[in-house]
Amino acid sequence: MSLLAFFERLADSSWSIGLHESRYAYPLVESVHVWALFLFVGFAVMFDLRLLGWIMRQVPVQEVYRRLLPWTVAGFVIMVVSGALLFSAIPLRTYQNIFFRFKVILLLLAGLNVWVFNSRVYRRIAQWNLDGVTPKAARAAGALSLVLWFGIIFSGRMIAYNWFDCDRQPQAAIVNFLTSCVPVESLY
Amino acid sequence: MSLLPFFEWCEGLAVGEAIRNSLWLFPVIEAFHLVGLGVMGGAVLLVDLRLLGLGLKGRSVAQLSKDAQPWMLGSLVMMLASGIPLFLSEAIKCYYSTAFWVKMTSLLLVIVFTFTVRRRAALEATSTPVLEGKIAALVSLALWAGVGWGGRWIGFS
Repeated sequence: MSLLAFFERLADSSWSIGLHESRYAYPLVESVHVWALFLFVGFAVMFDLRLLGWIMRQVPVQEVYRRLLPWTVAGFVIMVVSGALLFSAIPLRTYQNIFFRFKVILLLLAGLNVWVFNSRVYRRIAQWNLDGVTPKAARAAGALSLVLWFGIIFSGRMIAYNWFDCDRQPQAAIVNFLTSCVPVESLY
Repeated sequence: MSLLPFFEWCEGLAVGEAIRNSLWLFPVIEAFHLVGLGVMGGAVLLVDLRLLGLGLKGRSVAQLSKDAQPWMLGSLVMMLASGIPLFLSEAIKCYYSTAFWVKMTSLLLVIVFTFTVRRRAALEATSTPVLEGKIAALVSLALWAGVGWGGRWIGFS
């Protein structure tokens, strides 16, 4: 089954319709997503700032990493779970929403950045643990992370807007390509 | 005395008018508002978790509080600088929104609380957490939760 077909079926499920139309559940999940942003983005930013040497310079990087990581991971799990619930309430439209797709790409890049940082830069933490200003590669990872999370928040907020949605035609060919939209000619 | 005339005056200002007339200005300003919330979250939680005896346990509350201070103030400025124009663009809607009043009450309380009780708790904190510090941290977090909840729900009214 294609992703599109799967999300079409999901959109028709009583779960999806129920959550989308609920008076309190949907806004509550949105609030949880915002609360988790406070925790997750908050600590991700604090760690990035430490890598850049802009906060807690006198605290060893490893100490910041170890003490904040469990909270950051917990925040991330809540973000993913609440985000997946929000997606499941409006799956088809969100799947074809250009801002959602951009957000997913940025999320993947943020994950890649974490992976590169952990496997290459952080592995040699013993050499720069106490540095107020960390090596160039660590600062680059911190700066890139800040830029990516900024973009993720931006595109996440924009998902609410239907400017480039499939049911709003005509759109530029590139837009329909990026949203894998096949406009139904007879409707326009 | 009703505050409605004041809110009507706010709604009539050119800033709000410009945001209302723009397709993308509102969500873009709101995205900055959310980025500010993220930075604020880190700056607040560094200190509040430590007051609860969690997070960066090896550091003193006073030191963390000093480190977090510029980021807390900076993000507060960013949130106000983005939040006020958002408010001006829909002031009358806000006047009739319960969520807006929950948010403003929580915000006022958390600002006053942060610069009085919580500040003193951070300065007087010892390495082992005390009950007063824990309560200060929980009050701070509860009020921020109210700010976030109210803020999100303004959009649902």
